Amino acid sequence: MTVGEVALSDRFGASILRQAVVCGDTIVWVDAARAHEVLAWLRDTPGQQFDYLTDITAVDYRDPERALEVVYQLRSLPRNVQLRVKIPLDKTKPLVVDSVWDLWKGADWLEREVFDMFGVSFSGHPDLRRILMWETYAEGFPLRKDFPLRGHFTRAEQTRQALASNPEAHYSLEELSIAEAYDELPEDMRRRMAKGERGFVK
Amino acid sequence: MSTRTVELDVATPGLDAGGRVTRTPLGVAHRGDPNDEFGAEPMLVNLGPQHPATHGVLRLVVELEGERVIRCIPHIGYLHSGFEKLGEYRHYNQIIPLTDRTDYLSPMANNVAFALAAEKLMGIEITERCKVLRVIACEMSRIISHLVWLGTTGIDLGAFTPFLWSFQERERIYNLQEAWTGARLTTSLTRVGGMMADVPAGFEAGLRAFCTSFPKTLDEVDTMFTRNAIWCGRTQDVGAMSREDAINYSLSGPMLRASGVAYDVRKDTPYLDYETYEFDVPVGEHGDIYDRYRVRLEEMYQSNRILEQALDRLARLEGAPLNVADPRVILPPKSRAMSDMEAMIFHFKQVMEGIPAPAGEVYLGVENPKGELGTYLVSDGTAKPVRWRIRPPSFINLACLSKLCEGALLSDVIAINASVDIVMGEIDR
Repeated sequence: MTVGEVALSDRFGASILRQAVVCGDTIVWVDAARAHEVLAWLRDTPGQQFDYLTDITAVDYRDPERALEVVYQLRSLPRNVQLRVKIPLDKTKPLVVDSVWDLWKGADWLEREVFDMFGVSFSGHPDLRRILMWETYAEGFPLRKDFPLRGHFTRAEQTRQALASNPEAHYSLEELSIAEAYDELPEDMRRRMAKGERGFVK
Repeated sequence: MSTRTVELDVATPGLDAGGRVTRTPLGVAHRGDPNDEFGAEPMLVNLGPQHPATHGVLRLVVELEGERVIRCIPHIGYLHSGFEKLGEYRHYNQIIPLTDRTDYLSPMANNVAFALAAEKLMGIEITERCKVLRVIACEMSRIISHLVWLGTTGIDLGAFTPFLWSFQERERIYNLQEAWTGARLTTSLTRVGGMMADVPAGFEAGLRAFCTSFPKTLDEVDTMFTRNAIWCGRTQDVGAMSREDAINYSLSGPMLRASGVAYDVRKDTPYLDYETYEFDVPVGEHGDIYDRYRVRLEEMYQSNRILEQALDRLARLEGAPLNVADPRVILPPKSRAMSDMEAMIFHFKQVMEGIPAPAGEVYLGVENPKGELGTYLVSDGTAKPVRWRIRPPSFINLACLSKLCEGALLSDVIAINASVDIVMGEIDR
């Protein structure tokens, strides 16, 4: 399978950390700093044409020393080949990569899910907030390996929070701003809303 | 002035790495002109999560100007069960029951998708007969999933009769599925390296009878819908997606093909010897609801074709081995496990320790009824995966709902949402 790995190394040099073929899939490890550039190049260069973003996800390994990896599964529809791009992120530093929402609109929810489950921030994403868990979820990021299967809080605390919450009242600030309630909001809240903050009504 | 107290807790402030605000409050720009007496004040309508037309616990917040949608914000996660996290604590074979519960309208196809990925990771080559049976399972699932889609979408648009027809046909497949797996919903049909069970006596005749009469029902649906003025009026040019946008939004399955992209995993990266079956991939032109309907209808005819070919092959493979002949992967028969020392050891090792997979990772996409169901498995050499990721087709297809609904009528939101063909078990996982 030719996916132009050599061309990728020539073009981006040391930013291409490693390449391998595992179980027949070609994998390229890319430095986070130039990941967006590499992905844009893969999408737009004739001969690469990875125009279809199959999936974005992340992997947190059991070895706590090992970097968390953000995984992009790409596909070229005209060339009918696949490529996996992985971005290792050092867990001792803030987990940030550039959003590819500007390249593929399909990345919107996929990046939100990675943010929700792993706590990776995607800078440049237009609406980065939790997607599967609720917005005020405070236990952390469920798919990290340091997150216990049953959650960080005790069962009693989880039950207490569930009973105390009013799921009907959870509106994002965007929704509040278009609801009639907008005019009735306190001044400081409208100001915070204008700054782009979000929250919920109790 | 309301006396309601409003308190704000900031959850995720939406700042980028540099501390800049990444999100502008969209609503403010849309507010009506206060001086315009007849200018519409936007209205906020909450649909769901408990609403029959949202096809599950999906909540849509729709901003309306009159009857026209300015914006539609989907909220998901009400059915989140943490399957992917749970999978990290399970042996590979123990994950298969979890896959039933993701896309519960086509459980057998999910079982097959996971087993194929695990086998690719472990380098297991399955038998001919197993491949044919899995093709039958996948195509049966495609038919029942599309039939649910057809029936419920018909109901959403006010047509009740095709719902009864499609559920009648679906029942026939469910009976066959029940005879085969013992369950109507939680099939857990596959195992790594083979199947949970071979087809029972009378199954082939039953499926053959279904394949003979099923196209007649489809013809009736075709007569009822395809040139029906109401149906055409409600679906044509509604919720249209261009070819470029469909690719850009990562759509897959009938949603992508209705927009004119002939991408079908069965043709482009064949698995289970799909390249040896004769079938066509229907492709739409306009990418609207009508084309999605036509694509799904034609796919059912094509699935029927594949089923007939698979049944022919199955007859030729009568008596051929079903599971791989590897005692480390496939459980010995219970009678032998109780009488034969060797078999007992393998039984014990498999049940207690699972099947270790070599360190590595694999992505395998299969063409599920909803779209490309991807399974991404990462192994560190133990019997439990480090990461089991499902690429959920209806999650990704639903993400474009806001775009499809912009400018549509409120009644079209129901039609558009139905045309995406979602299943919340898979979206929320």
